[in-house]
Amino acid sequence: MSYIPQGEAERGRMLEALGLRSVEELYAGLPEEARLRRPLDLPGPMSELELERHLRALAARNADASRAVCFLGAGAYDRWVPAVVDSLVSRGEFLTAYTPYQPEVSQGTLQSIFEYQSMICGLTGLEVANASLYDGASALGEALLMAANVTGRERFLLPATLHPFYREVAEVYARGPRLRLETLPEAGGRIAAGATERVDDGVAAVVVQQPNFLGLIEDPRPLIEAAHARGALAILVVDPVALGLLASPGELGADIAVGEGQPLGSHLQFGGPYLGFLAARERFVRRMPGRIAGQTRDVDGRVGYVLTLQAREQHIRRERATSNVCTNEALVALAASIYLATLGPAGLREVARQSALKARYLAGELAGLPGVRLPLGGPFFDEFVVEFEREAEGVVGAMLEKGFLAGFPLGRVRPGWERRLLVAVTEKRSRAELDGYVAALKEVLAA
Amino acid sequence: MRVPEDLRYSREHEWVRLEGDGKARVGITDYAQSELGDVVYVELPEVGRHLEAGEALGVVESVKSVSDVYSPLSGRVLEVNGALAESPEKVNQDPYGEGWMIRLEPDDPAEAEKLLDAAGYRALVEAEGGS
Amino acid sequence: MSEPLIYELGGPGHQGAELPPLDVPDAEEAAGGELPGLPEGLLRKSPPLLPEVTEPEVVRHYTRLSEMNYAIDNGFYPLGSCTMKYNPKRNDAMAALPGFRDLHPLTPEAGAQGALELMARLEAALAEITGMARFSLQPVAGAQGEFTGLSIVRAYHESRGEERTRVIVPDSAHGTNPASAAMAGYQVVEVRSDARGGIDVEDLDRVLGPDVAALMLTNPNTLGLFDERTLEIARRVHEAGALLYYDGANLNAILGLARPGDMGFDIVHLNLHKTFSGPHGGGGPGSGPVGVAAGLERFLPRPLVVKEGDRYRLEWGDPDGLDRPAPESVGKVQAFWGNFAVAVRAYAYVLTLGAEGLRRVAETSVLNANYLMRRLARTFELPYDRPCMHEFVLSGERLKKETGVRVLDVAKRLLDYGLHPGSVYFPLIVEEALMIEPTETESLATLDAYAEALEAIAREAREEPQKLREAPFTTPVRRLDEVAAARRPVLRWSPAGERRA
Repeated sequence: MSYIPQGEAERGRMLEALGLRSVEELYAGLPEEARLRRPLDLPGPMSELELERHLRALAARNADASRAVCFLGAGAYDRWVPAVVDSLVSRGEFLTAYTPYQPEVSQGTLQSIFEYQSMICGLTGLEVANASLYDGASALGEALLMAANVTGRERFLLPATLHPFYREVAEVYARGPRLRLETLPEAGGRIAAGATERVDDGVAAVVVQQPNFLGLIEDPRPLIEAAHARGALAILVVDPVALGLLASPGELGADIAVGEGQPLGSHLQFGGPYLGFLAARERFVRRMPGRIAGQTRDVDGRVGYVLTLQAREQHIRRERATSNVCTNEALVALAASIYLATLGPAGLREVARQSALKARYLAGELAGLPGVRLPLGGPFFDEFVVEFEREAEGVVGAMLEKGFLAGFPLGRVRPGWERRLLVAVTEKRSRAELDGYVAALKEVLAA
Repeated sequence: MRVPEDLRYSREHEWVRLEGDGKARVGITDYAQSELGDVVYVELPEVGRHLEAGEALGVVESVKSVSDVYSPLSGRVLEVNGALAESPEKVNQDPYGEGWMIRLEPDDPAEAEKLLDAAGYRALVEAEGGS
Repeated sequence: MSEPLIYELGGPGHQGAELPPLDVPDAEEAAGGELPGLPEGLLRKSPPLLPEVTEPEVVRHYTRLSEMNYAIDNGFYPLGSCTMKYNPKRNDAMAALPGFRDLHPLTPEAGAQGALELMARLEAALAEITGMARFSLQPVAGAQGEFTGLSIVRAYHESRGEERTRVIVPDSAHGTNPASAAMAGYQVVEVRSDARGGIDVEDLDRVLGPDVAALMLTNPNTLGLFDERTLEIARRVHEAGALLYYDGANLNAILGLARPGDMGFDIVHLNLHKTFSGPHGGGGPGSGPVGVAAGLERFLPRPLVVKEGDRYRLEWGDPDGLDRPAPESVGKVQAFWGNFAVAVRAYAYVLTLGAEGLRRVAETSVLNANYLMRRLARTFELPYDRPCMHEFVLSGERLKKETGVRVLDVAKRLLDYGLHPGSVYFPLIVEEALMIEPTETESLATLDAYAEALEAIAREAREEPQKLREAPFTTPVRRLDEVAAARRPVLRWSPAGERRA
């Protein structure tokens, strides 16, 4: 397979125009010691049919969510993606364009970014949003840098109920500028009482994940108030679908909201590409990372869109930029826009409502099984923890053989939690699938 | 390019006007604003902050560039030009007037003597290729 | 041509999609609604401000928007340093196989063997192509690869009990290099380019010292030139105890012909969306895998894919056996394992081309660039007059002096010819820079047509300079007021039509 249009004749004409006998002469500047004088040891070349055979065989060895019924969540969710999303994002004019450096021929991308920013603001109740970041975890990392920049402080309070992978990523982002990440302890699956007393004048920001890693709904209001009383910022890590039901970061008084946009119209894709969204109060806009599209007019007075506030960014401010981000997740943001536009406010609320009710139903059914209990009390959204009398890893393995992705065994990230499983339920799960899960689990636990 | 005779200038293209009350007003020069192009944003220091001569007092941004503005004198910031938040174009339109940036309480007004006078600044700009 | 905002379409009650009726008991009427026990005030008070449109309205809106874009599928897109090559459709089809597309990242390893094997095979291919020992696919963009690589630099020096504070970056470097170095906690020192466009070795000696942690080098560099003194530079950097970092933005030029690992580079990042044909998506997603030389593997982000017997698994390396990065690893830079769907496309690309095909990619990209450069050198200046690699930089300084027409005007006028300009005003060390990367997927006829257009524009600049300053005339919108956009930012739609965001 080749994507090269030059045949021997064209090649010959081009070499002749350059006064060369071979392309090799163009590489004369490469020192001989740096040259590879053997062919690369690689498989291929393959025709499309051979490629497809090979990749289909690999794909067939995966228990994807179209083959196994998915109750896995923990940061990535098997939600319904309306067909219109894939259809539109695969249009070559969106798919194969790049960053809109020439706005006159990139209005499609630029206007879609502006609309995406508007929708993220609508969802989060905040005033400004950027064009996208890499994923929810790295968006949190960027939010920490932003808060450090705004406040001139370096200590952060992160809850023990934050997704542990987000915490890991935050640690990497914190290392360069030597930010100190402290932990707010957990009690009963939520941030423990007394957290507000940890907020002092040295704290740059307090972080709350809503719903938290364990699926439980936190009450971030006291921490937000405490943060503001001490001149600190409040950062919420939110599930965008839950915002169909739950109070928005803006309503709660948060300063920055970040989150994972994958549930908004993107497939699971074994972890990526996903979508980091970031929204904030308007007064922080010049400290925001990443690209931002703005509305303006052209010389004839027509409304149009451009990348704006670029002096924040790496191509202008270089080592003093608010972030190094250049390539972002534009296409995934487009998918999120199309998803949100297609569902609208009522549709998004219904997705959230059905997910919550189905989760509630499943939790109730599971609690009735012998050898299963719900160890954590209190309100949850669409994800919850169950506890067995044996190790969850083994249960997950046995459930996979019955065609279920049973959930995330919490012992993998929390010592002492080996018998606990994090179970996610989306709007996509039917009653039959929920009942099937209960029946299969009953069998597995009885074995 | 305008270089008023009654001002003092830094090599980084800021001007200082010593006012009758012993206070100093600071901005960027006509040459600086024309080199920057259309100013879209000006970031100014907090009132009350103490600046050393040569220390960055803020930044000016155009669409495709960003530059630090340095304090030509040591002193405490008494006032900043809040109007620039809404109308940064004043820096382009009237750099020595409405486009001023901060008012300082100088530690030592005599420090201004070390700065360039109008003739010296004109020579500097010419050497940099301006006119 | 203009398209209303999607918020301005449709109307109350319009909805583009519906869920099936709820098939579990509806607890809403029961006490507590969907979320029993929720403290008051934690429910949303007003519905999110989202569009209300039907499916046909959605489809037509986004179709019309797409028609206002220029993309590789439309035509030639020679944006310098962005490697806008043709994005094969078969690769997209492979990434959309349900076994990949619908696979949850936390699927038990027994249910993810195909995906893990693909990652392992791609890593091995990248290691062979670059001459590095081991790769991590976790970073999702070039800039994140840089940040990860510099985090590895720090981990390496710290492991030797050394604290080094500075990173050297050439003055021709892409802005992400200094920005990434700063994010990783380093002071950035610039090293000058010499008259031939390579690193000025004397200036390098000036800035090298015991506090230097690394030199970041793009090679071929952003001028499209291969640094002829690479090996000498590598020796000096290593003698100073620093590491040599390879920014793989321009690897396309040397695929199969030379390898950064053989040149002495210690850490490499690649851009799968550039060199390995991933569609750029209007600005992303990308993928920025990081490779390291032998001895640095333990610092890579975790988990890594390993093969044991005939099984693949994710190895975290945590002494307690938890899913958390080993203490010596730099940690995690993404929640999961990277942009897998971009990796699938890159793997498909490598397989379809094979070793010989990849070498032809490099050679043709270099031939195309040199052909176009030689032809355009009659019209514009060539600040570094020697054979280029896969891209080249012209200067429009003379044109500007003679006609007042800037390279920006030339770029805008190209749009009227239905062509996409190269990158303008980059690299920063060339006045009135126009940077062109044709890539290997363009035909001789396309290159000739592009040259003719630029030649015609240069004539227009002499005959009708004013016209060029006003161009473009034929695009969906004409020149946009970027100053107004930045002075009084309007960054979202708002119902009351508020002026400020």
